[in-house]
Amino acid sequence: MRHESACGLRQDLDLADLVACPTCDTLHKMPEIATQTRARCLRCHQVLLNPRKRALTNIVMLAVTATVLMLAAISFPFLTLQSHGLMRTSSVIDTIMAFSQGLMIPLSIAVAALIVVLPLLRLIALVYALGPMAIGWVPVPGAMQAFRLAETLKPWAMAEIFVVGVTVALVKVAGLAQLTIGPAFWAFAALVLVTVLNDNFMCRLTIWRTLEARRPTH
Amino acid sequence: MANARSAQTHPLTARQAGLVACRRCGRVHGPAVATCLRCGARLSSRDATSLQRVWAWLLAGLVAYVPANVYPMLETTTLGKTSDNTLLGGVVELFVHGSYGVAAIVFFASIIIPIGKFVAISYLALAVSRVGSGAAAHTRHRTFQIVEFIGRWSMIDVFVVAILSSLIQLGSAASVKPGVAALSFALSVAFTMLSAMSFDPRLIWDADKDPVT
Repeated sequence: MRHESACGLRQDLDLADLVACPTCDTLHKMPEIATQTRARCLRCHQVLLNPRKRALTNIVMLAVTATVLMLAAISFPFLTLQSHGLMRTSSVIDTIMAFSQGLMIPLSIAVAALIVVLPLLRLIALVYALGPMAIGWVPVPGAMQAFRLAETLKPWAMAEIFVVGVTVALVKVAGLAQLTIGPAFWAFAALVLVTVLNDNFMCRLTIWRTLEARRPTH
Repeated sequence: MANARSAQTHPLTARQAGLVACRRCGRVHGPAVATCLRCGARLSSRDATSLQRVWAWLLAGLVAYVPANVYPMLETTTLGKTSDNTLLGGVVELFVHGSYGVAAIVFFASIIIPIGKFVAISYLALAVSRVGSGAAAHTRHRTFQIVEFIGRWSMIDVFVVAILSSLIQLGSAASVKPGVAALSFALSVAFTMLSAMSFDPRLIWDADKDPVT
């Protein structure tokens, strides 16, 4: 392909047709690639585009599924402990409240945020931003802000790490008492799978371009 | 993909072309644009305060990691007897009980990953001023990706403490209370995550002087 001129860049190239790699700043001409294929950066080999078939519909449906699972995970008990005739049932709310005395209150708030509030907020933001587009409407007002929020929250939504934490806790207690796993644990485990699937459908650059392209003009 | 210059020479970056790229959505803009026309993110050719913020958060994370190791993570009371469990103590206990797999997970998440992160981020921040080969840039890029991906998993131990504290409340038979270390460890993990997020990976590639391979 020839795009080169004396100054290094063809003059008539529209800036919107270019894409710069977010990790190394290398300029590429926006390729027209088929769904189910990937485009990598020439220089750092980062995946730039990874468009999937019916991505919007799948993302929204998986996000709704994850929201329902999250509500189930919060409300049902997730572990029951039996020892010496004593029984203790623990729900996610109990886990959050574990740090609720004195100095530990900030930690309680942080744990609540990391395992329930932020993941839920992220899912709601995703559905709000992409839901209307998935059924063919124009993006609702604030759709871009909502998608930006979902992107920012991504590293802080730690529901899947919590599931591994539960597993570690199970092993730690196993010798001490008899443990039964409740329905909320399975809801959390399913939530992790659904979240991973959802992230697989997410091609950031394509979604931003779609949001821009379908933005209603005032 | 086709570079805006031909692929055989050194690839052209947005900065070299006098343009500014959005790190959030990849949109390329002229030099005078302040916020991205596509996604509204603030634009800067290179984040000038990136390294300052990296070092500040890293230092905060390091400071918080000290009490996390010294003070107890868990205070266990069994039949009136109270014993403290530190971060490392919990791993040793799991190992002694024969749960090698889980001991390895906890050891990895609460000792190896945090220390590895301190080392890796310092190395990345120090290395940006050194001009190196393309291979070196690829290694550093890989390091950054691993640090970014794995950092949040250190939170496991905080969640374990929360679960145990809520679960083991069997009156006088056994009860578990969270210790101060749980708070400082959680802060340490959060600060190092912020440190990694502050790093502008484009700085890695600015130091690469090799043609594309």
